[in-house]
Amino acid sequence: MARTQSAELDRKKLLADPIMVTTIVVLIAFLTLFILYPLAILLVDSFITERGPSLEVFQRIFDMPSFTTAITNTLSVGFLVSIASALVGLLFAYVEVYVKLRTRFLSGLFKVVSMLPVVSPPFVLSLSVIMLFGKAGIVTRYLLGIYDNSVYGFWGIFVVQTLTFFPVCYMMLRGLLKNIDPSLEEAARDMGASRWKVFTSVTLPLMLPGLGNAFLVTFIESIADFANPMIIGGSYDTLATTIYLQITGAYDKEGAAAMAVVLLCITLLMFIVQKYVLEAKSTATLTGKASRARMLITDRSVTLPLTILCGLIAVFVVVMYVCVPFGALFKTWGYDFALTTKWFEQVFTRYHGLEAFRDSFVLSLIASPLTALLSMIISYLVVKRSFRTKGFIEFVSMLAMAVPGTVLGVGFIRGFSGGIFHTGILQGIYGSAAILIIVFIVRSLPTGTRSGISALRQIDKSIEESAYDMGADSFTVFRTVTLPLIKDSFLSGLVTAFVRSITAISAIILLVTPQFFLITVQINEFAEKGSYGIACAFATILIVITYGSVLLMNLAIKHFGTSKYTEEA
Amino acid sequence: MAKEKKGVRLEHVSKIYQDPKTKKDFYAVHDANIDIAPGEFVTLLGPSGCGKTTILRMIAGFESPDEGEIFLGGEPINELTPNKRDTAMVFQSYALLPHYNIFDNVAYGLKLRKMPKEQIAEKVHAILALVGLEGMEDRMTNQLSGGQQQRVALARALVIEPGVLLFDEPLSNLDAKLRVDMRNEIRRIQQAAGITAIYVTHDQSEAMALSDNIIVMKKGVVDQIGDPHTVYYHPVDEFVADFIGESNFLRGKLTEKESGHAGVATIEGCPVEVADIEHLSVGDDCVLVLRPEAAKLADEGVLPCKVTLSRFMGNYQNYQVMVGDTLVKITDFNPKNHKIYEVGDEAFVSFTASDVHVL
Ligand SMILES: Nc1ncnc2c1ncn2[C@@H]1O[C@H](COP(=O)(O)OP(=O)(O)O)[C@@H](O)[C@H]1O
Ligand SMILES: [Mg+2]
Repeated sequence: MARTQSAELDRKKLLADPIMVTTIVVLIAFLTLFILYPLAILLVDSFITERGPSLEVFQRIFDMPSFTTAITNTLSVGFLVSIASALVGLLFAYVEVYVKLRTRFLSGLFKVVSMLPVVSPPFVLSLSVIMLFGKAGIVTRYLLGIYDNSVYGFWGIFVVQTLTFFPVCYMMLRGLLKNIDPSLEEAARDMGASRWKVFTSVTLPLMLPGLGNAFLVTFIESIADFANPMIIGGSYDTLATTIYLQITGAYDKEGAAAMAVVLLCITLLMFIVQKYVLEAKSTATLTGKASRARMLITDRSVTLPLTILCGLIAVFVVVMYVCVPFGALFKTWGYDFALTTKWFEQVFTRYHGLEAFRDSFVLSLIASPLTALLSMIISYLVVKRSFRTKGFIEFVSMLAMAVPGTVLGVGFIRGFSGGIFHTGILQGIYGSAAILIIVFIVRSLPTGTRSGISALRQIDKSIEESAYDMGADSFTVFRTVTLPLIKDSFLSGLVTAFVRSITAISAIILLVTPQFFLITVQINEFAEKGSYGIACAFATILIVITYGSVLLMNLAIKHFGTSKYTEEA
Repeated sequence: MAKEKKGVRLEHVSKIYQDPKTKKDFYAVHDANIDIAPGEFVTLLGPSGCGKTTILRMIAGFESPDEGEIFLGGEPINELTPNKRDTAMVFQSYALLPHYNIFDNVAYGLKLRKMPKEQIAEKVHAILALVGLEGMEDRMTNQLSGGQQQRVALARALVIEPGVLLFDEPLSNLDAKLRVDMRNEIRRIQQAAGITAIYVTHDQSEAMALSDNIIVMKKGVVDQIGDPHTVYYHPVDEFVADFIGESNFLRGKLTEKESGHAGVATIEGCPVEVADIEHLSVGDDCVLVLRPEAAKLADEGVLPCKVTLSRFMGNYQNYQVMVGDTLVKITDFNPKNHKIYEVGDEAFVSFTASDVHVL
């Protein structure tokens, strides 16, 4: 018994479809060239020296105390931040799903808190922590009278990263909690268990894989985070910042490549555990939809402390974000609170503001439709078609999720500055706008693909089959059926890619050449110099752009979206 | 209406799948040989999981066979993609395009064929009239009832005038009453269009009502092909006899064989006259298939029995009796003026040689 004939026929049918074949070939080439190859070259470069293969470079970097400290720092920050984020995320999710909120204000606040990190540039929170709690911080200096508080270092990173990442955990855990069948918990209540007992004996065990999943996702994000440690880390260096300094400060490209390999190994390991062990488990334990609505907790002794706690955290987060525009409006933060527009003016008159916004905007605008289209094509192929190299395409596009931006940046430098395998081929793209766009695409591809895949899984496979059966070729099916049906997902993928691109920094800062000004790079530069007024002015405008595009997206989805005809009559 | 009705032929077609749990390969369809004449209405009938959909999807081109060749209108089509095959499928879930209205759904296939606009409109209106949806062109699909969606799906498949129409359990999402109406409609429309149709179902009454020929499947294997009359009265095995209608199986031995095709079988120690036994010789084990409506309960007859259940059902009296250790079901239609036996009564099961089919 062998499935050779069907395999052969399937191959022939595929080859009869040139557009499909071309798409697959182009996709594989793109993924190989811009994701696999840069990672491969890091390995090659750090293992193979002029005198053949050796571990010399690794020995050298592990002898550097700064590097080993950075590993410990990264892991300790990552570990604690992930625990804290998962717990705060669980608190928010629990309150939203289980507790009857008395005011709509609170649920509105929750929505804002879950959306803010999505639309804001990565280092906004670092800026505001410095402005609130630093030496010239409003809270420390003016409210508490402390003049020498230092926020730089471990605790600064910890607070900022926790506040940045907990909303992601909150969204993940909320979905899982909603899927718990209320009757499980009611059964335990019926048998006389207290609320706390129900939580610890029913809810929590069901949530454990999900919590583990949230923990690891945050861990990967925290380890990969470049912007916050850069601004608020002070002398507390993490792997991402150490690698950056190794390249830009010490000009040690081999050393940086080897360090990048180490960082990549750590995130890959976590990614594999997360993807192949926990992700499957966390959804497997919660089968299907909840059978009916949950009785919300109204007991004041439970609701009051929980809502107050959440409310405080949420308000704190909002204040942090609000701080940034004010930072751009005060004359001298911490000393002179007269309102001024001078920072905004200086952004444009002295600090290439116009060029920065133009470059960031145009590059992101080019990258985002490409990213959205590419992720939809990948999702379509992964969900709806079967062919031999499908596993490869799916794996590599998801792999990009586990690659920290800094690692990718170093990989691109090593991989393209001298051309492919240092032969000079394709050297032209290095330093050009093309490579920046490609980096934007690669960085946003995994999120786009993931949401595309889940959108497509909702669509009955036979809808596309029926079009195919009517005589449409693959391309026509994709154009006339698939794409219109996942318009919402496409639009939000487009905007997500745009926002991610325009706020990106970790990989891009390594690759940007002086002819381009990027907003995020400017913010980073001025924040590092301590020119918080300028940094805040840049950041404020950036937030306005990103928030505006999200609003536009919601408007577009409302008007052209699919909800009109996917709703049941 | 069809340009050309086409026949379908499967020669030694097999499909192998991998069981997702055990990772073992198995035959979802094994060595299917089927020959469907142009214009014929054929059903693939069998319990769930027996490979009906797989056969249909191989004909449509969504799956490729692992052995054998499929012919459409005499041409081998194994290597053709679904969009190049002259087939149109009506899906169980209807699979209408939710972002199009009825008109655009039906016109979809015609637009792909680059037909002029006026001609498309003309054809779409004609076909919508045929399926009873005239005047509803502008409705979106989510504003339609299940039965109406079904009609759109049918219209959409018919309008491209395919060589063969494929149906995969199209009525299983409808309620019972509508199911009966729709199956009559489908038969009417198929006849009007004069098109070849292959229809998958696990509902034997649907198969009986619709088909010129029924293909009975069991665990991936084609068990019997025949018209409804043949598969009902001359089932090839107990599976077919049991799956189509209800059957009693009386087990015994052939004890006498006369020169022709008649003889005597012994069931529970009693001699029973049988016919059509060319395939048996004296001393062979045999099974008598006796339909409940073919058996009668009487004061004298072939097999003595004891009544264990007697229920008045309105249009018939429902009996269960024991003949030795064998349970026999008997339905006595229109029992108003018949003698009614009660539980515990001794009686006889009565039938003639032509009422039983001998396996
Ligand atoms: N894509 C597939 N992969 C593996 N097994 C399959 C696949 N499709 C169907 N099967 C299996 O093949 C058998 C026949 O399926 P199917 O043709 O759908 O049955 P039917 O339509 O008669 O209910 C079933 O056991 C089913 O589980
Ligand atoms: Mg089926």
